Amino acid sequence: MNAPLRRVGVVVLVLFGLLFVNLNWVQGYLASSYRNNEHNGRVQLTEYQRQRGTIAVVNGRDQVPVAKSVETSDQLKYLRQYPVDPNAYASIVGYKPVNGVATGIERAEDDFLSGTSDALFSERLRAMFTGQKTTGGNVLLTIDQKVQEIAYNHLLHNGTDAKNGAVVALDPATGAILAMATTPSYDPNQIVSHNTTAAQKAFDALNKDKAKPLLNRATQDAYPPGSTMKVIISATALTEGDYTPQTSIPAGPSYTPIAGGGFSIHNAHPSICPDPQITLIEALTQSCNTGFAQLGVKLGADKIKAMAQAFGFEDAGLTLAGDGDRKMGVVPSHTGSMTGQNGQDDPNAVAQSSIGQLNVQVTPMQGALIAATVANGGRQMRPYLVDKLQAPDLTTTDQTQPKVLRTPISGTVAGGLQQMMESVVDHGTGTKAKIPGYQVGGKTGTAQNSEDDGDHGWFIGFVMKDGQPICAVAVFLQNAGSGGSSKATQIAHDVMQAAIQERGQK
Amino acid sequence: MTASTTSSPAPAAAAGPRAPTRRNAELALLLFAMGVVTVYAAAVEYGVNHHLGRFWLLPLLLTLVFLAMHLAVRFLAPYADPAIVPAVALLNGLGVVFLRRIDLDPKMPDLDYHPNLVDFGGIAFKQLIWTVAAVIVATVALVVVRDHRTLSRYAYTLGFTGLVLMMIPAILPASLSEVNGAKLWIRFGGFFQIQPGEFAKILVLSFFAYYLVRKREVLSLASRRVLGVDFPRGRDLGPVLMVWGVSLLVLVFEKDLGTSLLYFGMFVVTLYIATERVSWLIIGLLLFFGGAFAAYLLGAAVGGPFANFYGRVGVWLHPFDDPNRSGYQLVQSLLGLGTGGLFGSGPGAGFPDQVPAVYNDFIFAGLGEEIGLFGLTALLMVYLVIAERGLRAAIAVRDSFGKLMAGGLAFTLALQVFVIVGGVTKLIPLTGQTTPFLSAGGSSLMANWLLIALLLRVSDASRRPAGGVTASGAAPVKLAGLATEVMR
Repeated sequence: MNAPLRRVGVVVLVLFGLLFVNLNWVQGYLASSYRNNEHNGRVQLTEYQRQRGTIAVVNGRDQVPVAKSVETSDQLKYLRQYPVDPNAYASIVGYKPVNGVATGIERAEDDFLSGTSDALFSERLRAMFTGQKTTGGNVLLTIDQKVQEIAYNHLLHNGTDAKNGAVVALDPATGAILAMATTPSYDPNQIVSHNTTAAQKAFDALNKDKAKPLLNRATQDAYPPGSTMKVIISATALTEGDYTPQTSIPAGPSYTPIAGGGFSIHNAHPSICPDPQITLIEALTQSCNTGFAQLGVKLGADKIKAMAQAFGFEDAGLTLAGDGDRKMGVVPSHTGSMTGQNGQDDPNAVAQSSIGQLNVQVTPMQGALIAATVANGGRQMRPYLVDKLQAPDLTTTDQTQPKVLRTPISGTVAGGLQQMMESVVDHGTGTKAKIPGYQVGGKTGTAQNSEDDGDHGWFIGFVMKDGQPICAVAVFLQNAGSGGSSKATQIAHDVMQAAIQERGQK
Repeated sequence: MTASTTSSPAPAAAAGPRAPTRRNAELALLLFAMGVVTVYAAAVEYGVNHHLGRFWLLPLLLTLVFLAMHLAVRFLAPYADPAIVPAVALLNGLGVVFLRRIDLDPKMPDLDYHPNLVDFGGIAFKQLIWTVAAVIVATVALVVVRDHRTLSRYAYTLGFTGLVLMMIPAILPASLSEVNGAKLWIRFGGFFQIQPGEFAKILVLSFFAYYLVRKREVLSLASRRVLGVDFPRGRDLGPVLMVWGVSLLVLVFEKDLGTSLLYFGMFVVTLYIATERVSWLIIGLLLFFGGAFAAYLLGAAVGGPFANFYGRVGVWLHPFDDPNRSGYQLVQSLLGLGTGGLFGSGPGAGFPDQVPAVYNDFIFAGLGEEIGLFGLTALLMVYLVIAERGLRAAIAVRDSFGKLMAGGLAFTLALQVFVIVGGVTKLIPLTGQTTPFLSAGGSSLMANWLLIALLLRVSDASRRPAGGVTASGAAPVKLAGLATEVMR
């Protein structure tokens, strides 16, 4: 009987072998798909066991949390809250829902906020021995509370027909984003409710809303920039070498790119550059369409495109925070095609593109970057949202170092452009941006987009003191109608004023 | 000079070298196992409560209980295999501490008490009491059954009792016998219930062993050769068919595949051990899978008593089709195991509350989330050690009855582990079996300790120096071994 007993021993081994193989299959091969299965509440429960870090903005010397987690009595131990003016920060901070995907900084810095980041390893190790509960790390944004709230509130009550708009304000010298507002916005608190059904309903409603409140218009959509494009044309001309701000260029009441082509360009008002010649600086100051259209055609599409690209157009890789598939990116701006079917420049297209119409599409972020580059002597700094990552004990584990992203123009060209843009604010279309005691430069824009809707209003500009840049700003009012660019200029003024005050307090 | 050379080896040859009992090895292994349990208890307490509290209390009590068992073995079965008791104690101890972990978890939805403040409360304490009872049962068994061969004298009584115990839940109305869709219980009101099948399997196995020892010549010699395999004569198939029928009845009326598989597997394997005929295994497997498949088809076609089995197979094949109702348990079990992954989330850091019946049938899944693939593999290895040690005792023991009984018991234990662990890991359709020594529940614990006591008894007999005072070397052992071979 011993032989069959030994064989039974083998049978037992085989049975256990099957169990081992199957366990490897379940806990090894299928582990991650099970872990991330939609019916698995465990990963989420673990996540909500640890208090998530705060996201704070700057107010003078203080930090003001705009996202924090508070203890609850339900199974998910911590509830995410956006306590301060949630609508104003929603497009930056994003939200961290119980189910579904996080957005904004909540997504970009998720590892750090949730406390699973490698940077917090020593923190977790220490907690293991001290018995303290670990919490997530805190994120300090570059956003300034005052600047952001002025940007958002003025955008919301802009006094024009524009229901949608965006403001971007950044520090030209570092690239730190001081404000990034978009309207309409939403309250993220409803999406992070522990009542997942209500949260899902709230999200669906926002997602289906025709006004697109979830869209961050500052970075996620591009619009015709109108006359603000003239800054790029001016930069192209100055870089050519044949031009200075004082160089005279052909202008006139109208310009027909192709003789007998039936298409001509006019100025916004007959009083603007009626004479056949005008200096470059005056053309920008008055926003002379005929002058810039002719200049553009003369420079050629290639050079304009090259300069636009040097400023960051067509760049799909710009990232404001995070990396990989969790990054907060910016959609690229485009110059669009300016060539005809024969592969040569189409003068009509080049002329229109030179005044920021036709297929030119610019994000408000790109608009602000143009102004910032000019103010910073030609060096474009990488824009960023996260100033510091702080461990739970508020020691800094990571501080963002400003980085030159690209240098599209020389210091001389930048100086010429500063002079020209300051002239715009001094006695041109942008006088509303004037701030006594500061050098303010800018460029207004009014962009036609369709027959029925009102024109977009734009302003891009900067404020400097003693040759040092303080703030660059872009304001965009979608379909604002008449007076849009003037209102945009006013908002830019208020935002820059706030930035000056905030800087004075530091 | 000559006197000294001749005299010195003589007493040694006469008395024989005193066979080592290995009791001290058992004690050392047991203490090591209890050390593991203590560390696990500390990890659990810290993982759930973030402080150590009185984590040592439960392991200390468990250690005392198992030391008592060790003493019992030392006096009652001194030559028994030294690995069995420590291995079982390890599993039993880990089980109790895991139940304590569930007690401590404030998230467990269906517990209406808050035992994290009391040391003597909750399922863990109940299980500790059951452990004491089980160890007493095992000790009593060792006292009463001084020689396993005496069991064969009562074989018919035992077998009949076992059969009755097995049938009771099937006959009782569902209100007195059904728990979670399986009619395996005898319920005494709402607070006390026993699973007679757990005990019945041991009793029935004793009968099998006795019956097969008597009939093995007929069963193994009279045969017809078909396709190179010796098949038994039709009339000899009778008892096999009867057991097959009973097990299928259990499958249908107690709504339980596990028990049915367990009994049938037990019978076929003892039959195979007794007769050494592979044909019995083939017939057995064909009959069982044929029967199960037919039950599945019947369940699909007519439902009725087969519907439960049909539903279970459906859940097994496609658990994610209905993840919130019928598939919920298995889905959550798999997701828990998957979340644990290779290393597990750590003791006390998982979410066993997500798996229904995690303290019972699904304890393996709950443990698996926290101790991971490596932990579960170690756990299964401990079971494997017990089963293989049992089989080893069967091989070493001299009498046929002992061989059959020990082999059957060891295989039954292994098969039960396979059935339940395979069930919660979606290897086979899920059945309502308990996980031996781990699951909460007195019937299972006492029955399995009883099984261990019998294995210890056989093991003791197999390692005990033969012949007592008249022993002269190992000759009788060889003769006894040959006696079983002479039949061929």
